[in-house]
Amino acid sequence: MSNYPISIRPFGVHAILVEWPKKVEEPILDDILQFGQYLKTHCLDQEDWEQVPSYNSLTLIHRKSPFDFDKFKRKLLDWYSGMEQRTLVQKFLWRLPVCYELEFGIDLGEVSEQLGKSIPEVISMHTENIYTVYGIGFLPGFMYLGGLPPSLETQRRANPRQKVEKGAVGLAGKQTGIYPQESPGGWNIIGNCSVPIFDKEKDKPCFVNVGDRIQFYQISKAEYDLHKIEGEVGIYQMEKIKIDA
Amino acid sequence: MLKLLKSGFFTTIQDSGRFGYRDKGVPVSGVMDDYAVSKANMLLENPATSAVLEITMTGPTLEFDEDTYICLAGAELAATLNNEPVQNYKVYKVSSGDILSYGKLEKGFRGYLAVKHGFVTPIILGSRSFYKPMTEVNRLKDKSEVPYEACAFFEPKIQELKVDSLLDETVLGVHVGPEYGLLTDKQLEALFSEDFTIAKENNRMAYQLENLIEGHTISMLTSATLPGTVQITPSGKLIVLMMDGQTTGGYPRILQLSQKAISILSQKKFRDRISFKLV
Repeated sequence: MSNYPISIRPFGVHAILVEWPKKVEEPILDDILQFGQYLKTHCLDQEDWEQVPSYNSLTLIHRKSPFDFDKFKRKLLDWYSGMEQRTLVQKFLWRLPVCYELEFGIDLGEVSEQLGKSIPEVISMHTENIYTVYGIGFLPGFMYLGGLPPSLETQRRANPRQKVEKGAVGLAGKQTGIYPQESPGGWNIIGNCSVPIFDKEKDKPCFVNVGDRIQFYQISKAEYDLHKIEGEVGIYQMEKIKIDA
Repeated sequence: MLKLLKSGFFTTIQDSGRFGYRDKGVPVSGVMDDYAVSKANMLLENPATSAVLEITMTGPTLEFDEDTYICLAGAELAATLNNEPVQNYKVYKVSSGDILSYGKLEKGFRGYLAVKHGFVTPIILGSRSFYKPMTEVNRLKDKSEVPYEACAFFEPKIQELKVDSLLDETVLGVHVGPEYGLLTDKQLEALFSEDFTIAKENNRMAYQLENLIEGHTISMLTSATLPGTVQITPSGKLIVLMMDGQTTGGYPRILQLSQKAISILSQKKFRDRISFKLV
């Protein structure tokens, strides 16, 4: 079933890198996730191994011991070519509430000017689109989202901010995303997401997985405040829709 | 409780690391110099995962309020227990009211204080290691208190260990990184013949090196990075990711430090020099 030419390279003595063709494509990401799931279920002890999928690669890291690259590479190639059954990777579309009021969307004015579109048009383009999570990294819970329409591509800010608020929703180049925590940043800020993407208090601190889809929807300031309160007392219900793999 | 009468420059709690959340962007964290810490925990007959105090450059002044046993490791910081000199890699009994203080940094950069049974600050996602925002704070402040279990009596199997110190070592043993094959002859030549100087941008996340080597125009898709990954920026700057380093990156990963090399580099500071050698 597996039909991509994969390449396998050493990454120190505790890790190995498996790479697919260098393209940002959903079928490639799906194949990576399928292989990861297959390895988890049939081949690798979950206690000892960690997996980091991202765009066109899957990195496998052994927590404790070094391993022999050549032997493990052969095994991986066998496993990949022998992966006949499609293991179901459950994916979700998460609908994330964003308040685009100007108190949060501090760069909306500039973005609207740069794109030659009205602010409501920018918001409607941003919310209509469905994005794919190609990776999580940089900061805990930071999603690399693919699928931004070219009509929303903007220049990064010439002067990055020392402090961008937690939850800030930004645009920069071909990317859109949410700052999961307060951090410095150079993206154009167009709103704020009222629900935390990363919550260290939870057993599963980040509900999103690589391969999931994200859609933003617009909320008012009053709804934003309500979500914040619901979040604090732990009764906020996230909107999610199952996607068949 | 261990009371920090003075906190020192940058003092944190670290253990063997926070595993299992790298796919969510959470760095591993944990002690920078595992070589030193593993010996201190071994002498105290602690589990290898026991949390220690990681002390950077300038040590704190500490007061113990319960009896226990301690062992120091890593950098040499002229430590004294009630004004008597304390050696690294030797088990000492401490009593309630004892004061451990640190003097001048003599060698290395990061010192460690291990205590019998380890420090017992809260476990967050499987680890006590400080990393904001997993932990509320990124370092211990003046007057903070760190909990530990008292230990009235312990007879160590080994009282004192003669350790082959890594503090004077400057050669970092490296493995090839995933994008090693893309390096030019000129870059390879520079990488393995030059001495590199530690830039002032060095911390638990990454060590930058001052010398530039030939730059590149390689573009790659964001992919995983590890503690010890050496990245090269387009301008030819080398960045060595350390224990709090981000879990993904977009620069070519040309080398991967050995575990021992991570410990060696952890003890280096601004203007120190290192070189790379393939192992």
